[in-house]
Amino acid sequence: MSGDWVGAIDCDMHPRVPNIAALRAHMSEYWSDTVELRGIEGFDTIAYPANAPLTVRPDWREGKPRPDEHAAGYAKAMLDPHKFGLAICNCLYAVQIIRDEYMAAAFATAVNAWVKTEWLDKDARLRASIVVPAQNPELAVEEIERWAPDSRFVQILFLVGGEQPLGQSRFWPIYRAAEKHGLTIGIHAGSNYLHAVTGSGWPSYYLEDYAAQSLAFHTQLGSLISEGVFVKFPKLKAVLIESGVTWIAPYLWRLTKFWRGVRNEVPWIDRSPLEFVRDHIRLTIQPFDAPAAGVEISRLMDLMQSDEMLLFASDFPHWQFDGDAMLPAGIDASLRKKILIDNPLAAYPRLGGRHAT
Amino acid sequence: MQLDAPFTTDAETLDAHAPGVTKSNRLAVIDGDIHPAWRKPEDLKPYLSKYWWDHLQTYGSRRKNGSVYGEPYPKSAPLACRRDAWPEEGGRPGSSLALMQKQYLDACGVEVGILGPLGATGQGDFNLDFSAAMCRAVNEWQLDTFARPEKRLKASIVVPYEDGAASAAEIERCGADPHFAQVFVLTRSSEPIGSRRYWPIFAAAERYGLPVGFHVFGTSGHPVSGAGWPSYYVEEGAGHSTSCQTAVTSLVIEGVFERFPKLKVVMVEGGFAWLAPLAWRLDKLHERMHGEVPHLKRRPSEYIREHVYVTTQPMEESDVRGQVLDLMEWIGWDRLLFASDYPHWDFDDPFRAFPVGLKAERHRQICAENGRSVYRL
Amino acid sequence: MARHVVARASEIPPGARKLVQVNGRGVVVFNIKGEFFALSDQCPHKGASLSGGKLTGLVESGEPGAYNYSRAGEIVRCPWHGWEFDIRTGRSYCDPRRMRLMQFNVTVEPGANLVEGPYVAETFKVAVEDNYVVVEA
Repeated sequence: MSGDWVGAIDCDMHPRVPNIAALRAHMSEYWSDTVELRGIEGFDTIAYPANAPLTVRPDWREGKPRPDEHAAGYAKAMLDPHKFGLAICNCLYAVQIIRDEYMAAAFATAVNAWVKTEWLDKDARLRASIVVPAQNPELAVEEIERWAPDSRFVQILFLVGGEQPLGQSRFWPIYRAAEKHGLTIGIHAGSNYLHAVTGSGWPSYYLEDYAAQSLAFHTQLGSLISEGVFVKFPKLKAVLIESGVTWIAPYLWRLTKFWRGVRNEVPWIDRSPLEFVRDHIRLTIQPFDAPAAGVEISRLMDLMQSDEMLLFASDFPHWQFDGDAMLPAGIDASLRKKILIDNPLAAYPRLGGRHAT
Repeated sequence: MQLDAPFTTDAETLDAHAPGVTKSNRLAVIDGDIHPAWRKPEDLKPYLSKYWWDHLQTYGSRRKNGSVYGEPYPKSAPLACRRDAWPEEGGRPGSSLALMQKQYLDACGVEVGILGPLGATGQGDFNLDFSAAMCRAVNEWQLDTFARPEKRLKASIVVPYEDGAASAAEIERCGADPHFAQVFVLTRSSEPIGSRRYWPIFAAAERYGLPVGFHVFGTSGHPVSGAGWPSYYVEEGAGHSTSCQTAVTSLVIEGVFERFPKLKVVMVEGGFAWLAPLAWRLDKLHERMHGEVPHLKRRPSEYIREHVYVTTQPMEESDVRGQVLDLMEWIGWDRLLFASDYPHWDFDDPFRAFPVGLKAERHRQICAENGRSVYRL
Repeated sequence: MARHVVARASEIPPGARKLVQVNGRGVVVFNIKGEFFALSDQCPHKGASLSGGKLTGLVESGEPGAYNYSRAGEIVRCPWHGWEFDIRTGRSYCDPRRMRLMQFNVTVEPGANLVEGPYVAETFKVAVEDNYVVVEA
């Protein structure tokens, strides 16, 4: 039944920090005072301009506070009417753009504390990603250790755009901590804007900036595999969040073809990149880049060569679909159940199958 | 799962070497990407002023990745070339017209091959005047060394693309000469290639009815991706399709095809399968945010369908039979152009590169008919 | 199955290879430290002639940054797309189960044995005092 969302696990929704005061409440005296002393207004980025159509669906802009600013708002918009089992909060407050890494760490701690207090503690169906100051992997590990005892934190959140690809060894301490605690790695659209969002510089329009996010996912996927992250940390899983999905098969064909010819450069990759992807990579299903008509969804799904790759996600409050068209039309019932429930449970060990259905 | 094995396609019957294939029914081949090389840097000397020759000797090429040899990612083979393409008489692969004729043009029955000079051609150099002088020299060298002696080979107008005005001047200088078949730009430009500073290139190309070929590589001065510099050649190589996508996105969204409605562009050596998902993505974003780009009168996919061509090399290879054909179908059979990349290591043979199940008429279309309608032949 | 005399043994010293024609198809004969191996010359990927490939060793790794290099000269890399084939087995590294080269039995025999036949040696005059590479196909 296409309208049946009972028990679904929403693997990507975005609580919005309403204002800097919300974070100050969770800061040490020093950092709270600093915010006031230096007149810090906040660290939102141009990745999601507040009033751009994509950023918030029109019907989810209504209300004060807005539905994405409080747990009850999201529950009323999504959890209750569709009877989702669980949802994972991915807060996109951009600590990643802060140049001062200690300030970044302080803001990350405040964001996580705010998510815990205002979201996780308010609704038992909610889970969350740990926001980390990836600027400094040691500080990121400290942040992970701070929240890992709380099993409601199920993932470590990165932005897809950064100075160095995420497979590189400077990030491995983070993956060591992730594997130890059964945390999944989540890589989400967005950039720290420390350099251009494309390999050819800065585009003129927001539309191009957002379009380019899927290209950064190509790089991150190639990096995670080629650097041997999954050889080093064989229990790790990484979820590509809000990537667009359909880019992956053409890219994997290329990566695999190159690997066949130049694999002696990365001899630790002793089997096809496709196998690493099947074992370790998952993708959230919104947005799903497909044409409005003319292409059978089943043929697009077949490109994945696996029915275990896709995870349900609403991407709330981003405007990726209207009404409750949360999945592409034409997915059969068994695949639908996998996407909604089974695949998310397998991707996130910390969900532990304890979702309410 | 069925692996795409060679020698079992309909295409095989068109093989120039196959028994029973006569001149009249064999496959015609128009190749969108052949790489000529000079034997030694002195080959360019006759085409440079004394000032620029001395400059080249004194300061060398200065490309935007800091490497003297041009490539921070060492290739899989010397000069990224086929091991069997080194001329016996010495010199680099691609420098011997005789070997190119024997090993490739004659052997594969190539009717027309489009030259794409790479390496230290001056494209993307920090010094714009040097860049312009080098490109001019490379263009003259192409004519004398390849395009005039061998009528099957057509030159590209190599332009100093970071300087729009100088590029337009070079197109004006060469554009009327029928030995030139396209304008040649690299995908890694310093700004997205649809930006206004590059528009004089498109205006001049349109004026002469020349397609603009965007070949992968180049040095932009930025990390090769929005996620930074990867470590390995395998990543860099697989990632070329992303710089092609950046270029197509920019050309469409910045309004180049609205402004230059007769312009055709060819994306070269980045594969092709990425084009369908990119068009779908841009259409969805345009539906949401057309208000930001009011200069666009149509959906992005419509501009792509009308103005953008892709070469097939390096051929996409899926472990699942039929998937590559699906992508070809979704992109459009009339958008695909065969290219070999001779003499480089990821060479595609026109008879053996294509996936199992490709119908002979499609094979003919991609290998020749489409090229005839795109290039100024 | 016939026995084909394809070369004088001295023509293919250790580390060398020779492309020969057997039953109208290319066969490449390698000499690894005195042992001879005969493989189909045509790469099963896209048909390049493996006789033009570079010899290399086998690199394996247990973890990122580790490079264990062994069997120098026993792997041939396709001159086009770089696929590696084990000369001893004909198997590709990247897809050993499905992508492999046909192997042929190959022996080195003194001319004195061969003059008694049966064998196929259109292009050779077999001399009693030399040794010859014989491929069965």
